[in-house]
Amino acid sequence: MSTRTIQGQKNLQDIRTSSPDGIGGSPLRPDGNLKVKGEFAYSSDMWHEDMLWGMALRSPHPRANLLSVDISEALKVPGVYAVLTHNDIPGSKFYGLEIQDQPALAIDKVRYHGEAIALVAADHPETARRAVKKIKVEYEVLTPIVTEEQCLDPQTHGYVHEPHEYKSHGYDNICHEQKLVSGLGVTDEVRALADVVVSGHYEVGMQDQAFLGPESGLAVPSEDGGIDLYVATQWLHVDRQQMAPVLGLPEEKVRLTLAGVGGAFGGREDLSMQIHASLLAMHTGKPVKIVYARDESFFGHVHRHPAKMYYEHGATRDGKLVYADARLVLDGGAYASASPAVVGNAASLGHGPYVIPNVRMHAIALYSNNPSCGAMRGFGAVQAAFGYESQMDKLAAELGMDPVELRQLNAMSEGDHMPTGQLIDSPAPVAELLQRVKDMPLPPPLDLDNLDIRAVPGALSNTSHGEGIVRGIGYSVGIKNVGFSEGFDDYSTARVRLEVIGGEPVAMVHTAMAEVGQGGVTVHAQIARTELGVEQVTIHPANTEVGSAGSTSASRQTYMTGGAVKLAAEAVKQALITKGRRRYGWTHNDIDLVGGKVVSESAGALVPMVDLLGEEAIDLTREHHHRPTVPFDKETGQGFGHVQYTFCANRAVVDVDVELGLIKVVELTAVQDVGKALNPLSVVGQIQGGCTQALGLAVMEEIIVKDGKVRNASFTDYLIPTILDTPPIPVEILELPDPNAPYGLRGVGEAPTVSATPSIVAAIRAATGIALNRIPVRPEHLTGTL
Amino acid sequence: MEFLRPGTWDEALAAKAEYPTALPISGGTDVMVEMNFDVHRPSAILDLNRITELTEWSNDGDVVRLGASVPYTRIIDELSGPLPGLALASHTVGSPQIRNRGGVGGNLGGASPAGDAHPALLAAGRDVFVEATSVRGTRMIPIDEFYVGVKRNSLEQDELIRAVHIPVADGPQQFSKIGTRNAMVIAVCAFGFALHPKNGTVGTGIGSAAPTPRRAVEAEEYLQGVLAERGLWESGDLLGAEVIQQFGELVKAAASPIDDVRGTADYRRHSLAVMARRTLTWTWNDYSKQIRSAA
Repeated sequence: MSTRTIQGQKNLQDIRTSSPDGIGGSPLRPDGNLKVKGEFAYSSDMWHEDMLWGMALRSPHPRANLLSVDISEALKVPGVYAVLTHNDIPGSKFYGLEIQDQPALAIDKVRYHGEAIALVAADHPETARRAVKKIKVEYEVLTPIVTEEQCLDPQTHGYVHEPHEYKSHGYDNICHEQKLVSGLGVTDEVRALADVVVSGHYEVGMQDQAFLGPESGLAVPSEDGGIDLYVATQWLHVDRQQMAPVLGLPEEKVRLTLAGVGGAFGGREDLSMQIHASLLAMHTGKPVKIVYARDESFFGHVHRHPAKMYYEHGATRDGKLVYADARLVLDGGAYASASPAVVGNAASLGHGPYVIPNVRMHAIALYSNNPSCGAMRGFGAVQAAFGYESQMDKLAAELGMDPVELRQLNAMSEGDHMPTGQLIDSPAPVAELLQRVKDMPLPPPLDLDNLDIRAVPGALSNTSHGEGIVRGIGYSVGIKNVGFSEGFDDYSTARVRLEVIGGEPVAMVHTAMAEVGQGGVTVHAQIARTELGVEQVTIHPANTEVGSAGSTSASRQTYMTGGAVKLAAEAVKQALITKGRRRYGWTHNDIDLVGGKVVSESAGALVPMVDLLGEEAIDLTREHHHRPTVPFDKETGQGFGHVQYTFCANRAVVDVDVELGLIKVVELTAVQDVGKALNPLSVVGQIQGGCTQALGLAVMEEIIVKDGKVRNASFTDYLIPTILDTPPIPVEILELPDPNAPYGLRGVGEAPTVSATPSIVAAIRAATGIALNRIPVRPEHLTGTL
Repeated sequence: MEFLRPGTWDEALAAKAEYPTALPISGGTDVMVEMNFDVHRPSAILDLNRITELTEWSNDGDVVRLGASVPYTRIIDELSGPLPGLALASHTVGSPQIRNRGGVGGNLGGASPAGDAHPALLAAGRDVFVEATSVRGTRMIPIDEFYVGVKRNSLEQDELIRAVHIPVADGPQQFSKIGTRNAMVIAVCAFGFALHPKNGTVGTGIGSAAPTPRRAVEAEEYLQGVLAERGLWESGDLLGAEVIQQFGELVKAAASPIDDVRGTADYRRHSLAVMARRTLTWTWNDYSKQIRSAA
């Protein structure tokens, strides 16, 4: 074989920049057009010949004993193939993300409104629905345990889980707790050091992830007695890990493939229909599809923990923080889900991105008969940020200081320590983010003479032609961790294959990463292009044939699985170069893969990759582990607990109709350090999406629960922002590399969800002068009509 | 479940007579939602989509006869002149997709107190009639006799809504609706208001703040009295803050709202007073301008 050396192409930079779809470029999502045109196949669109439809009977009561469950009438319905209760579960009856405390089907009692009791498989969804109605359940309805006071007094009000049922360190209706003390803690002596003290009670309502694609999947029984499950989820391997023991199968017989995911935001971290469909499929020997209806979806996934918080801050007269104290009570609902990790986050991040010499914190998650709460974008940091940022504004007002200056005066930066004692060992430009967001131009004032009614609160509902409208401006900043914490090794695996297809070098990236909208499929291809110098990259469907990619959550996927793709691609590259050295005897130490060629910085192009590869494929798999962390000390909260920190600052400009209490967010500005923007368009999209979800929490999104019952399980009454509620969101990105992270990148998705909500509330306070201590802010709060 | 699909109006009436519990469907924006949520499992569905006359309207100069299935989008595009209040209300119905499908007939058939069309229909005056037809004949039901309870109307079991007869506006009309987001929202409460200078009356309609849509009768009478006594219809002079305030208070007093997930009773009363004041101010300013430019 002859060596074709192409002369005159020594300028590698030119070749690199000729590929705009590598890292730092903004190639479009491969599924973007399909989704916009309604042609994307979501998990709910799947079909299999001869398949059955599964459906669950759910409890109408938040707390009840099941005196009897009679399935005989349901079994008689023509077209019904199976009706199952917990008695039909072949393996372990319990599962859970962190604590296996949730029965796959209720056993003798139900602990929340909507808990699944029995399953039906039928040849038509309507048949299944009718059969579900024929299951006779005799309930002994009990008074639900729903308030903090009730939960913390089990002697009087009872236990959500009886003491002998606890499967972890929980006790007395407390699922998990974390304390933290740093400096001198908060004592009378420390309090005496402060010139000014502000305190407040704050409350956060129960937000829902409100993804649009309902829980759905298709379980297909296989000849080996196992199950092939096609499902919309956030973490294939942890689903499998929880499913297999319940199904009584070894993990290798439970094979999962990711189906089209219509949003997640944490709501798909827990299992929903996975076990149910698989049980029905194993029992009937037929493929079983389950698709939740919208109302069932509200019962079928966990929500963001509602919180009641007390914060106290002491400062010197010139604005230096002296101490901070907080007690955070998170309602975890009936089952643990991710409550322990949420508590860990709330406690360790709950005093914000500030340097505070003396700190105390106590965070708990309750067990209650309210809906279970767990992962949602921001994960414990969101609730706390509303507390500490409200406090910063209160303190600034008390001191007569500019609220941005007060924050900057106390802002943490690289080299400072978290209240956990962890050194901030990469850029933490908190003060700079605040300065930049403050310096961005303000939107023009409302033009009352040329009013576009869509621009005012109420919009086309025609409630104001300018009457009652007052503008307010608010600022905030927040902190979020990236990756799993407290000693968890949430590694990611990637397989990269390089081969010649159709005369071109083509890379294939295979991971188990759940693409839930974050853009991993785009970024993986970009990484492969950059590392391997190829243009053509295919993304293999995500499944459990390859090792775990960890969860698509905690802002971690680009960092973790992107990092694994980088490692695997680098290994493939080295293998190819080694092959070339062997074949051609190259001695250059400056060899790279660029533009489809093997090139040397000094000698120019050496050989086209297609020639070197020939018929051979290079196919390598690598794992990416982040640096190790440790659990926080239970009493002091000390420990190197988090992998990485991420910061975002916001400014909200809000118009309030102060007579009607209606709100229009005029503009929501964000400045965030992302370390390195692998795909700047996606990064901006993530920040804008995160801001919008934060806006929803600030002014409208809440699952209303009364006496343990969900009152608004629909998009008619659980309101999320429409385009008329979503303002322009100017975004400025900083790229200060983190030396510990692949490409120096910093996780993006959650920081704006943490930080933006308080800025909107601050702006509403500025417009109305009302001391708002609860989110979402309702018109009643602004008009004294609660 | 029977699915009945008549091709003509007479066939529809015959079907409704034969299956009196059949649920009529046209745009399906209400019926299908309730079926999806398993609220209703009607024994039969009567699909009116093949009956094209229901999507037509006519205007004889005095009265608009609005077919039951004319979608809100067309009310906005084609009838904002003769029916300004209803057109404003139509703007607030659901999303563009819902407005393309839904019509006033469905709002009346469902008779939800939260229906957006109702306050505008009530405000349009006492000469608004629902044309209800059965195999037995046609009744013109006055709008004030149409709403009889929560989600109940005065239709007989064999009757279908064919059209609504609404007087052409002879003065400014307004409609305001409270929702906790800026589009696509069910009314927390709503208020329709119209000036009828020809006969010296005013019209009001309250939505989502009582078991049925209702008129604020005392507020209407108070305002009509003031307008007549002070010769304001002729002069177009300012109403004054006291009159506006009192009107708002009387509208508020006419409501009997409840606390629910969408809002508190107190907020509903409060916001009705604000909407009443504002819509009165807007309509009267417009009317004054008309008088002055005519003078």
